[in-house]
Amino acid sequence: MQEFLQQLVNGLVWGSAYALIALGYTMVYGILRLINFAHGDVYMMGAYSALFISGWLTAAGAPVAHSPVWAMVAMLGAMAAAGLLGFFIERLAYRPLRTAPRLTLLITAIGVSLFLQNIAQLAFGSEPRSFPELIASSTILQVGSVTLSNQQAIIIAVSVILALALQVIVHRTSIGRAMRAVSYDREAAALMGISVNRVISFTFVLGSALAAAAATLIALNNPLVTPTMGVQPGLKAFVAAVLGGIGNIYGAMAGGLVMGVAEVMIVGYGSSGYRDGIVFAILIIVLLVRPTGLFGSPVTERA
Amino acid sequence: MLRINDLHVYYGAIYAVRGVTLEVGPSEIVTLIGSNGAGKSTILRTISGLQRPRSGSITLNGTELTRMEPDAIVRAGVCQVPEGRHVFANLTVRENLELGGYTLARPSDRQEAIERVLERFPRLRERLKQYAGTLSGGEQQMLAIGRALMARPRVLLLDEPSLGLAPQLVHDIFAIIREINQQGTAVLLVEQNAHMALGIAARGYVLETGSVVLADAAHNLLNNPEVRRAYLGE
Repeated sequence: MQEFLQQLVNGLVWGSAYALIALGYTMVYGILRLINFAHGDVYMMGAYSALFISGWLTAAGAPVAHSPVWAMVAMLGAMAAAGLLGFFIERLAYRPLRTAPRLTLLITAIGVSLFLQNIAQLAFGSEPRSFPELIASSTILQVGSVTLSNQQAIIIAVSVILALALQVIVHRTSIGRAMRAVSYDREAAALMGISVNRVISFTFVLGSALAAAAATLIALNNPLVTPTMGVQPGLKAFVAAVLGGIGNIYGAMAGGLVMGVAEVMIVGYGSSGYRDGIVFAILIIVLLVRPTGLFGSPVTERA
Repeated sequence: MLRINDLHVYYGAIYAVRGVTLEVGPSEIVTLIGSNGAGKSTILRTISGLQRPRSGSITLNGTELTRMEPDAIVRAGVCQVPEGRHVFANLTVRENLELGGYTLARPSDRQEAIERVLERFPRLRERLKQYAGTLSGGEQQMLAIGRALMARPRVLLLDEPSLGLAPQLVHDIFAIIREINQQGTAVLLVEQNAHMALGIAARGYVLETGSVVLADAAHNLLNNPEVRRAYLGE
């Protein structure tokens, strides 16, 4: 039982990071009906940004490893950098195709994904790079043999705070209302005087920043950074978004948590060889049994 | 005030609007009548910037709207109630109204505008917290009109406001349109219900396959034998 609880805790930790990435998929899908396959690579670029920022901070003499404040600075910096990247991806790659068939957009997204991976390889090399220790690990909570490390606590706490902040933006602000309007009916939203392009840009910035936050959080635990590191978490977060019902924000969060727990459980009780396989098993089951996902409403194609 | 000059619009491969010239004067109700597919909705969509014209110009008090983005056109003072209402069904009535006031800078202006709209449509006040999708057709039409009034337009474009409504409601909606107009908003009204439309309009244009075939004072059109036969079912 205690082992199960420990696995559950570990799963929720991973899951909350997946949830942050899944939010970006689901928001962009909600607005553009596009599966942004480059999202995992934005996550990767977010990890490199956090890595370089921590490097610069260390070089400048900031005691990065010993103060969570500096880890926070690195995370915010990475969020800003990834937000900018998301803005330019939309502006340069997707916006010119606004009226093109959706398949064109999807193929472009795959192209952007490969482009980012190769740019990263060119610029940063294919050798894995390692983060400095951002926050020294220690156990802050122990119940029986179930432990929660400070890193795990931070990952969960920051994810929850960011998810709540997103809720506030989407449901309590004018731009959030505009996002929901554009997602529901783009033309009617334009007739309200909403700049649809600006809302789409904002959505990409928001989703990309959340991916970079996830990247920094995961780096607390998994310090290795490579140009292809975004592929697996990207796919898993995508499946999480589908599981929750793509386009649905609560669904993405729930889906992310389920994915994290499923992955950790399969490694704990099955075999680590199935770690990535479980993701696709879940995807296939969802698509067969409930294609609209846990929280999704039946999809009606608009004419 | 609103002036359209030699407008040509293609809707995909269809040559939908073929050299239309028309004008809406300040605080005037002008109606566009014509059968399905005559190009009425395309004209309104083009005015609002949802559709790009091949050529021609649209100006508001001399300001060129032709190449503006839809949001800039709203800010310039032209709002549209689209055909089929298009309320945001998954948002509350209040949120729908707030979106109508998206271009208002201050929240206090928005609040004031909501009060103004609720005075005109008291039914909406009881429904503020309800999702717009749960409203009846007539209430949705009132919401769609109220939402468009939030930004205090100088010209209101209405696309088939009577569509799918019971006769009594159609009557109410037209009374409201007249009232809105009397308070100083110019109205360009697209209608299949030519009889009602010509009843409240000062002038009308008859559209056939993308061209204006008749333009006259509304009462003249009402008495025109051609119009009576083709559009008034006589």
